[in-house]
Amino acid sequence: MSSGARVLVIDDEVQIRRFLRISLEANGYEVHEAAAGLDGISRAAQLRPDLIILDMGLPDIDGLEVLRRLREWTTTPTIILSVRDADDDKVAALDAGADDYLTKPFSLEELMARMRVTQRHALPGSQSHLFKAGDIAVDLSRRLVTRNGEAVKLTPTEYALLRLLIQHAGRVLTHKQILREVWGPEYVEETHYLRVYFAQLRQKLEENPSLPALILTEPGVGYRLAA
Amino acid sequence: MFDEQRPNPDELLASIQKQEAQAERGKLKIFLGMAAGVGKTYAMLLEARQLKAEGIDVVIGYIETHSRRDTELLLGGLELIPRQQVEYRGAWLEEMDLEAVLERRPALVLVDELAHTNAPGSRHAKRHQDVLDILEAGSDVYTTVNVQHFESRADAVREITGITIHETVPDTLLELANDIELIDLTPEELRKRLFEGKVYTPERVNVAADNFFRVGNLTALRMMALRLTAERVDHQLQDYMELKRIAGPWKSGERLMVAIGPGPFSARLIRWTRRMAYNLEAPWLAVFVESSHPLSDEARATVNRHFDLARSLGAEVLTVAGDDVPDTLLHLARRRNITQIIIGKPLTKRRIKLFNRGSYVERLIHDSGDIDVYVVTGDEPSNESSKAALPTLPRIDRHSGWRGYLLAAGAIGLITLADLLIVPIAGYQLVGLTDLLAVLLVAIYLGRGPALLAAVLSALSWNYLFIEPHLTFQISLPQDIALLLLYFVIALFAGNLTARLRIREQQAQYNAERNLALFTLTHETAGAVDMDAVLTTAVEQVGRVFDAEVAVLLPRVGGDGIVAHPSGSLTMDEKEEGVANWVFEHGRVAGRNTDTLPKASARYYPLHTPSGIVGVIGIRRHATERLPFDQESLLETFVGQIALAVEREMLDEAAEQAALLRESERLSAALLNSISHELRTPIASIRGGADSLLQPGTGLGDDARRQLTHDILDASERLNRLVENLLDMSRLESGRLHLKQEWCDVREIIGVAANRLSSCLMERSLTIDSQSDLPLVKLDFVLIEQVLVNLLDNACAYTPPGTHIRIQARELNGWCELTISNDGPPIPTADLERIFDKFYRVPGQVITGTGLGLSISRGLVEAHGGTLTAENQPTGGVRFTLRLPMPDEPPTVREATQ
Repeated sequence: MSSGARVLVIDDEVQIRRFLRISLEANGYEVHEAAAGLDGISRAAQLRPDLIILDMGLPDIDGLEVLRRLREWTTTPTIILSVRDADDDKVAALDAGADDYLTKPFSLEELMARMRVTQRHALPGSQSHLFKAGDIAVDLSRRLVTRNGEAVKLTPTEYALLRLLIQHAGRVLTHKQILREVWGPEYVEETHYLRVYFAQLRQKLEENPSLPALILTEPGVGYRLAA
Repeated sequence: MFDEQRPNPDELLASIQKQEAQAERGKLKIFLGMAAGVGKTYAMLLEARQLKAEGIDVVIGYIETHSRRDTELLLGGLELIPRQQVEYRGAWLEEMDLEAVLERRPALVLVDELAHTNAPGSRHAKRHQDVLDILEAGSDVYTTVNVQHFESRADAVREITGITIHETVPDTLLELANDIELIDLTPEELRKRLFEGKVYTPERVNVAADNFFRVGNLTALRMMALRLTAERVDHQLQDYMELKRIAGPWKSGERLMVAIGPGPFSARLIRWTRRMAYNLEAPWLAVFVESSHPLSDEARATVNRHFDLARSLGAEVLTVAGDDVPDTLLHLARRRNITQIIIGKPLTKRRIKLFNRGSYVERLIHDSGDIDVYVVTGDEPSNESSKAALPTLPRIDRHSGWRGYLLAAGAIGLITLADLLIVPIAGYQLVGLTDLLAVLLVAIYLGRGPALLAAVLSALSWNYLFIEPHLTFQISLPQDIALLLLYFVIALFAGNLTARLRIREQQAQYNAERNLALFTLTHETAGAVDMDAVLTTAVEQVGRVFDAEVAVLLPRVGGDGIVAHPSGSLTMDEKEEGVANWVFEHGRVAGRNTDTLPKASARYYPLHTPSGIVGVIGIRRHATERLPFDQESLLETFVGQIALAVEREMLDEAAEQAALLRESERLSAALLNSISHELRTPIASIRGGADSLLQPGTGLGDDARRQLTHDILDASERLNRLVENLLDMSRLESGRLHLKQEWCDVREIIGVAANRLSSCLMERSLTIDSQSDLPLVKLDFVLIEQVLVNLLDNACAYTPPGTHIRIQARELNGWCELTISNDGPPIPTADLERIFDKFYRVPGQVITGTGLGLSISRGLVEAHGGTLTAENQPTGGVRFTLRLPMPDEPPTVREATQ
């Protein structure tokens, strides 16, 4: 497992902290706690954790503000835990540099999965040029996409989208992030591009495009590649 | 007996109301004098200075010192509100700046010369109206006036001094005044002051001394002023006694009625009655009996003026219809409990009455029973009163005045020409009959006067041209004399009767029109469904009947003032709105053809109802002259009806609000019931499960622990869903739901929703059947996804495992249609619509959800402008159909270039 990985939990709810500590320690993590935003920031500076779990509603400063201040000096993977379920809040946190976002109440299983994905991406040199999921295989170095061993023809835009998702496999990418990366900063509002191109991509890659299993939609937020 | 000493409750109430009204209103003190120069202004300023010294906020609104040095000296140290300059025909007139005074809101304002007439273009025609405004704004007012300016004394003053007083103030101001101070001076003293140059400039002294300031005049005026003050003191005493329940000479509930007409004498009668009513403390009524003899325009205008006068003196005015004046008056008097009738004494017999039933005064006295009748002497009969009998109802008769007579003469000329042709064949007797026919026709079409002329002319021409000997007025045969006389009498009678019949018919028609107009208004407003409809009808009806542009102004919702309702046909600028606001605040008519703000282009009436003023109606007639009084009263009736209709609508709206509130309270109660059930069930399982896990030494096996933990998880999941539903519901209901509409792929939404419910769908087969080229639809992805989740959830909850669920999506005539069908049990037809109600559950079903899901779904779809319906499929199963509008073409997309 992720033995020894150091996690900082910034949350003002003592029950949540306790339950996270118990569950995470049982899974081999080293857990530290902070009950407020400023305290969280200074503890993050001292401890240099491998992962931060951050609540949005903190007593002193807003979680989003904590995230912004953290991002000024560290890229430590950060997962947001919040009762705020509005898409705007999620998008704001993701755009501000959060690696993932979970709405309370959440299942422990889900949290552990997201933590693993986030950590994996954070590992230096973890990026492989080969990606495989189900019957789809992608070789980024050769720009080759195969399905059951047969080459799939993708347009340059479709390929760009797929490559971006693979680079962030398992993580949510907001509409803005995708549009900026693939089309350019002046297209960040054109979400309908995504609707059309992801539909095409699913048509070519999904086993059942009506019930996608590979390219997942995060309603109101963005897309995620199942990992 | 104690009881007998108690004042009548009505009087008590009136006394208390008077006190209350005075408490809010500023206090009025009048410095009364018998003539100019007695020192009213001086006395007023002296008192004001003293108050100022006591620290009271005194300002001068308007003072006329007439360059008297003593008076001018007193001005020093008092704050003066600068006068307003009003331009009138090239000259600059100085007036009190009413707006500035009202703005300043001092404790006390000094306003000299109460009877002054303001320059045209001022807010009010008269200064005393300005004073009323100041009082209403809550400031006290000190003012000066001479006795001859009081409305009820104007006649007497004219008789004594020979000078007609034009600037008058209504006597009601006397009643309003909290205090009257008589500035008294003996006539000799005043004349001394006059000669000393203390009243007028030297050049005017001699003229004045020989006219107005004669000792005799001054003595009479002084007496009048003393009497006025004495009467007033008497009243104050009475008020005091009423309030303190001191037994005294209680008035016996007298009610006075004065009969008025178009003669100038009526004005005198009105003043006489007002004086009497004042002394008796009696309410009084001014009545005009409208007979079938229509009035000339002038006479109508005079009656209008008399009504205005009576109103300004505090009377209730009334028009009643009837040809028999004494009968009509007595009938009205009995109905209104009148105890005294005041009528004028006719000075000359104007009409020779063929069937005289005694003069109407005699009959009135004879039939009056226990009602007192006062017959007051009039002055010289005027020409106008005889004009009053002219048959010219302006609305009805087309040929009024000299044109009618001309036409009548022409008609007789024509018929005579025709007679000349037929006389050789038919004989001269027949000529008489044809002439008679002509007279009747003239009576029908031209009225009584022309008919009389026609009778005379035709008799003469018949005699001159046709009766032997020809071309003379002599008659040879005695039977011809009889024939001619008889003809003349018949023509006279027939003409007269026919004309009267015709007028009655026209009047009946006019009355019918009037009633129809009123009926239409009441009927239409009664049938109107809401305020907009009521006002639209009212504007239309008033506009049509009175040929006018109309606007209705209602109180602003949750704010001050009034605002024009969009139904109005009258466009108003800021000034006009100001007039309307004034009317709303003061509850009095203002605008064109009134004394208040007459410069306005329209006339504004307050909408009075028993519960207060509900709005204002503005009426701009296309004609500029004043409405005749009968139409004016019709208009007032209209306004009254509209006020009632508006009030009714306001009450309806309030009732509707209350009903809505009740409904929402009922819903909250249902919500609470449902929530407490829904909340407690999962909480009970969580609590029970956790308790069991904590129980020491129960020796729970691993399986049992796992089961309990699962139960806790499930229950919390259920709680979570309930909370989400409640939040959605409150967002929807509070109207704070903002759609984030974007171009979305409906198939993608279906995929997300189906993925979310994969656990339930694992036990059932799912078919997704969407049109492959379905265009993007502009909608809120998250909300529509939630609708689909709810519908799928519903399908899972109400169908047994192993059944089939089918989702279809297609474009149909500009709509995106999504159907979700199952092959589960049907919903009873009666419940197909009700399942979308909050907390409604099909009877007999096992409760699984919160009872909110479908209601929320429909709310969300409707927020998109779409529809959500349920139906039983003929082949079995239930189908939900969701239709979303697709008004626009989706935008194009482009390849990435990077």
